[in-house]
Amino acid sequence: MSEFKQLQDKILDKYPARVMKNRKQHILIKDDNEKQEIAANTRTVPGIITNRGCCYAGCKGVVIGPIVDMVHIVHGPIGCSYYAWGTRRNKGKAREDGKNFLQYCFSTDMQESDIVFGGEKKLKKAILEAYEIFKPNAISISATCPVGLIGDDIHQVAKQAQEEIGIPVLAFSCEGYKGVSQSAGHHIANNKLMTDVIGKTDEAAGKFSINLLGEYNIGGDEWEISRVLSKIGYNVVTTMTGNSTIEEIAKAHNADLNLVQCHRSINYIADMIETKYGIPWIKLNFIGIEAMSNSLRAMAKFFDDPELTARTEQVIKEETDDLKEEVEKYYELCKGKTAILFVGGSRAHHYQGLLKEMGIETIAAGYEFAHRDDYEGRDIIPDIKLDADSRNIEEITIEQDPQKYRLRMSKEKYDELKDEIGLSRYDGLIKEMPDGTILIDDLNHYETEMAIKILKPSFFGSGIKDKYIIQKMGVYSKQMHSYDYSGPYAGYLGAKNFMRDVAAGMFTPAWSYIKAPWTTQPALKGKIAEKGA
Amino acid sequence: MLNYTKKDSAERSALVVNPAKTCQPIGAMYAALGIHNCLPHSHGSQGCCSYHRMHLTRHYRDPIMSSTSSFTEGACVFGGKSNLKKGLENIFNIYNPDIVAVNSTCLSETIGDDMGEIIKDTMPSLPEGKIVIHANTPSYTGSHITGFSNMTKAMVTYLANAKAETKNETINVIPGFVEPSDMKEIKRILDLLGVKYIMFPDTSNVVNAPMTGRYQMYPDGGTPVKKIKKSGDSQITLALGEFSSKDGAYELEKKCNVPSKVIKLPIGVKATDNFIMSVLEYTGAEVPKELEIERGQLVDLMVDIHNHYHGKKAAIFGDPDTVIALTEMVISLGMIPVHVLTGTPGKAFDNKVNKILSEAGIENSNVQNAGDLMALHQWIKNSPVDILIGNTYGKYIARAENIPLVRVGFPILDRVGHSYFPTVGYQGAIRLIEKISTAFLDQYDRECAEEDFELVM
Repeated sequence: MSEFKQLQDKILDKYPARVMKNRKQHILIKDDNEKQEIAANTRTVPGIITNRGCCYAGCKGVVIGPIVDMVHIVHGPIGCSYYAWGTRRNKGKAREDGKNFLQYCFSTDMQESDIVFGGEKKLKKAILEAYEIFKPNAISISATCPVGLIGDDIHQVAKQAQEEIGIPVLAFSCEGYKGVSQSAGHHIANNKLMTDVIGKTDEAAGKFSINLLGEYNIGGDEWEISRVLSKIGYNVVTTMTGNSTIEEIAKAHNADLNLVQCHRSINYIADMIETKYGIPWIKLNFIGIEAMSNSLRAMAKFFDDPELTARTEQVIKEETDDLKEEVEKYYELCKGKTAILFVGGSRAHHYQGLLKEMGIETIAAGYEFAHRDDYEGRDIIPDIKLDADSRNIEEITIEQDPQKYRLRMSKEKYDELKDEIGLSRYDGLIKEMPDGTILIDDLNHYETEMAIKILKPSFFGSGIKDKYIIQKMGVYSKQMHSYDYSGPYAGYLGAKNFMRDVAAGMFTPAWSYIKAPWTTQPALKGKIAEKGA
Repeated sequence: MLNYTKKDSAERSALVVNPAKTCQPIGAMYAALGIHNCLPHSHGSQGCCSYHRMHLTRHYRDPIMSSTSSFTEGACVFGGKSNLKKGLENIFNIYNPDIVAVNSTCLSETIGDDMGEIIKDTMPSLPEGKIVIHANTPSYTGSHITGFSNMTKAMVTYLANAKAETKNETINVIPGFVEPSDMKEIKRILDLLGVKYIMFPDTSNVVNAPMTGRYQMYPDGGTPVKKIKKSGDSQITLALGEFSSKDGAYELEKKCNVPSKVIKLPIGVKATDNFIMSVLEYTGAEVPKELEIERGQLVDLMVDIHNHYHGKKAAIFGDPDTVIALTEMVISLGMIPVHVLTGTPGKAFDNKVNKILSEAGIENSNVQNAGDLMALHQWIKNSPVDILIGNTYGKYIARAENIPLVRVGFPILDRVGHSYFPTVGYQGAIRLIEKISTAFLDQYDRECAEEDFELVM
């Protein structure tokens, strides 16, 4: 029996019948000969120690929070805003107007009386105070659990406040209990950005203009990607949403191509922009040297300009030549090692190539809050049955904008490229995994322990909550959300940083001291003198 | 850095900016980890549990285990009973703790789940001998300190009982929301004094567990349930810190007739003296030479390097019990607490700090409970200080104003040491003095004119 089958059995054996029935559908042993299905984006069983967070975390924490020139007010008791303060490492710089509020944390700090009598007045006042003191370019209001329960109409408050102060006030009904994970919050944030921000400012974007979607500038990733893109000659209109401003996002529809990095958190916007404004999107991966180069080549094919293509090859050569020696060093050090990746979104997919480049094979992978299409590819989207939890998340209908829609290329050209570089397409994680390896969705604590015991990986990429559990078991674990406070990890320089950090983590001398000498060597030298002798 | 925080205070009554507190459940979770073989459980949305585990993990760099009821929209409509019931059954089945400590969240409180009833209803379907306790910890009242206090109180409510007719010589100690290193130090002092004691909660060796190559979901530390049960027979409860420990002690008094005495956290020479005197008062113990030497060493150091910090102005912020004790301590060093702030609400904070200040003849200091760090920063802009003492969140102000930050309290997310080196007791005071002195001298060494650069200081 393969160790993967053994792991699957061992996990399922432990569970009570109902939990077993549920978890069984979330575990898959890859079989190259079959089209496989995995359950995802369904409720976590109560009591299970999951890594998942909430809708608010996905909306404010992930998508909205990184916009630098907005004041992000969290309407609720203090904790929700407090925990999302500076912990995600979405870096940002002020533009010319000097406005960057990422160092600040804003909350209405709801008290019992607000819960009993309603918090709308307090929220309104908080918005006016924030405007008076900070003069941001826009304000966001994120709802937390009790807000929805007590029925505060944050949208009405936002509307009134916007009229009074004359800047956009965006309200997000992202109460923590909505959906089954952070994912619901991504969707809610996407919807609002689409209806209220994108498309508001028309401005010619110039040649080779793109938007970088699903990139949050963790540890400076976006800066490294943009460095290379600018070097080639691309014009980044906006990132969504790492290090972005409200005005830049408002200009997104002027670009010619959307690059999608994190599929889960931003695919809605990519799709909606294409419908409304005619901008095609392409799923790319900027993690890893080869993936980065392939992404740049796909972009060059899209724009189909001889000079741009030549420049692309020149930059790829420059950048990769510099890296060769270093990569070889890490490859020699790490080859033959194995990894488990449990993160995201998309990262459990994105990092496999980079790990491979340093000789590390990913043998088990899974997502924390993905949907079936992130595993199985977008083709299956029509087959996904909406359950009660998903139905509660609004799907908005977008139509072609009669003035601003324009085709970026002929239908024929589009169809040709669609196959060649994969426009509007994502094939998912399952395809990436080698035959016989294992995929686990919403991996939980018990399953993590078992995976380590049975698969004995050298590297476990996950989050802060299980990092130290894994390390206590003697295996190096890296936070793939916050990069253990390092980075950037994207792009060429990022690849180098990642390899350096992973090698350091696996080979730091500390690991060799886990066993104390007296547990492995006889301590007694010579004979004990007998008492009285 | 913090460029939008201006000297002139704009009126704020609804907007909190850069909070100096967080919500109740995280404190309850931390307290629950101080029971041996206990799994904390968060009755609410997954995000609460996730955020609390994340934050405690960042502070301790150690596994923080907790399960969640994983509320969905349906649970909000129909109540969380089924989630909690199923959750508890699964927990004992899969993770096998001896005890589960459930905390509520703003969500389960707002919909009005009666956790006590649900637990009672669930007990028959749980394996025999297992225990479930709960604390109501609505995020919209108090702070994380209140949550710690409520969970500590719940330990008493559910577990403590008075079995014997007369009280025994044991003393109970509730250590407050302090580090595992502090709890260990309090136990060391009590051991040195040779007294019998029961301390709960006790997170030492739980959230600073050793690396052995083997993961233990329930580490060796934590107060055993049977000890908490016995606390009802003790002669006295010493509650260290009014905000985090008083309620547990009073509950013990109410339930089991164990008298209580509320004293300051033993931070600094004076409060440590007071702690030891309180122990002596009830036990008749004698102070051993070893502890006398430690005290003497502390006072010796205070005399020897007073010139590093005497007369300096300090701003102190953080959790109320810690800040109250720190205020007294920096005064004992000859420093002047100019701004003293906690995010936790409670008039008792202002009263206690003001009393300490007025006894020391210090006037015109700013003292505030339920404050935030933007207010503190504005105070500092209007009345500058030489040093900032508080948790990691002070680093923004420290950089903006170019003043040193001495990290004390919760959370410390960017430095290590707090898990291993105490701030309580005489040893803890020595460590704090080292930190304060070093902070001043490091800044001087970095910034002084070259001709003023000194070898010996």
